Amino acid sequence: MPPMIRHLGDRGLLVELGRGIDPAVNRRVKQLHRIIARERPHGVVETVPAYASLLVVFDPLQASPEALKRQIIGLCDFEDAGPTEDRAVVEIPVVYGGEAGPDLDAVAAHHGLSREAVIGLHTGTVYRVYMIGFTPGFPYMGELPEALDTPRRDTPRTHIPKGSVAIAQRQTGIYPAVSPGGWQIIGRTPVALFDPRKETPSFLTMGDAVRFTPITGEEAAQWPL
Amino acid sequence: MAAVDLLEIITPGILASIQDAGRQGFGEIGVAPSGAADSYACRIGNLLVGNLENAAAIEITLMGFQARFLTETVFAVTGADLQPSLNGRALPMWTALKAAPGDILDLPSPVCGCRAYLSVGGGLHIPAVMGSRSTNIGAGFGGFDGRMLRAGDRLTGCRPGHYLACAGRSIPDALKALPVSEWVLRVIPGPQHDQFPETSRLQFYEVAYTVSGKSDRTGVRLEGPTIGKEAGAPDSILSEGILCGAIQIPGDGKPIILLNETVTGGYRKIAVVIAADLPLLGQLAPGDTVRFQETDLSSALDLLRRVEAAVDWVRGNFSD
Repeated sequence: MPPMIRHLGDRGLLVELGRGIDPAVNRRVKQLHRIIARERPHGVVETVPAYASLLVVFDPLQASPEALKRQIIGLCDFEDAGPTEDRAVVEIPVVYGGEAGPDLDAVAAHHGLSREAVIGLHTGTVYRVYMIGFTPGFPYMGELPEALDTPRRDTPRTHIPKGSVAIAQRQTGIYPAVSPGGWQIIGRTPVALFDPRKETPSFLTMGDAVRFTPITGEEAAQWPL
Repeated sequence: MAAVDLLEIITPGILASIQDAGRQGFGEIGVAPSGAADSYACRIGNLLVGNLENAAAIEITLMGFQARFLTETVFAVTGADLQPSLNGRALPMWTALKAAPGDILDLPSPVCGCRAYLSVGGGLHIPAVMGSRSTNIGAGFGGFDGRMLRAGDRLTGCRPGHYLACAGRSIPDALKALPVSEWVLRVIPGPQHDQFPETSRLQFYEVAYTVSGKSDRTGVRLEGPTIGKEAGAPDSILSEGILCGAIQIPGDGKPIILLNETVTGGYRKIAVVIAADLPLLGQLAPGDTVRFQETDLSSALDLLRRVEAAVDWVRGNFSD
């Protein structure tokens, strides 16, 4: 499918490579993001990948949007890397429920499931990191099993603790720092998701495969950081 | 190189933070650019005191800022007119001036505009994090210990004594971006503008909106008639990359103009403010009125060239 390119003002082009939350579309977004990083078309400042689109930010004094559009369309002519791309599964330990996961009981009640069944469903799936956004290092992961499809909280929280593992609709995510947010909090991880002092500040990147594993509060307290 | 004690914050006011030209290239990991909300005022302030235009300055919001100089320094105040004074004597803005140890700089209350910039000769001695000295207040890194400034903070500078000869520099009135209280922002129709009913699109360009007191460095929130969406359309869309200047219409129909602290978003963008007008967004103060005027890419480029020509003139005039 040829990309659809829309203007985001006079210094952004939104390149849409498909629709919806789809691993194949997201893989193409990641490939185009890498290709543009490698080819560095003149005037491009940065690219921001999301579920199904890539935002290309450019300096309008250096590049004309029409010329850049033609160049991007040319760069979109690549072979799909396919699902064989190298994705070692990243294990993320989580303390579920209690103070660490204040919404676990409500989520269980919403679906008529036991706490253990919710944890089993959440840990039983390997998720794809579709994008990082909202706050530095926040991974949008999917897809959550349909049996856990839960709406956001009616009233967002103003203070969600660092490391909170949350779900919303068919997505799961982790809050890397204290922030407001409306997702349902089911647990907490001791893993640091974002550290600006590190060579690679974000623990996860787009395209990673993630599996959650349950741990106890004691194990979390002793987790090597 | 030894850092020199430069100034001490007596009171930071509503919000004071270290900002520079921002942090580019980390959108992939959710890191927004941050940076001076009025980039023009920040760039000119730096050039006046002899710095590179992308040096770090103190961004001061609306009122209540007071600081004491700890060494002989050249400084400039640009941006919003917050009635700046030194030891009680009114100061000219957009001008490089000399301060002596013990001098007290006061920015008590706004005449117009929202953010003023305090630049000092030699720049602030602040470590760069991920390529920038800007404070990412939400994520708590960059700038001064990753946070807004507090009373008692002591900032250090880099060789302020070498910049004293810049004192006395100023720029022609025509190059001073003087804030107003009734704004016209020029926009390009947004990527989802065709998903709004025609009546909503027409209304967007006809209404004078009022800047809400709930605005912050994340976004300028507007009060006024709500923008309706097509019947049955969901409130949000699949999250996608966004930029400073994007005008989102959330579920309640009240427009939000995004500033530099967000990298992705899931609301429809009815329009996007052009690059030439982005510095104005940093000066929209609560209670100001805002109208939007549609323009095209070719006019937007001409207007941006004019802004850059002004900066070029200042840079050229002071490079010796």
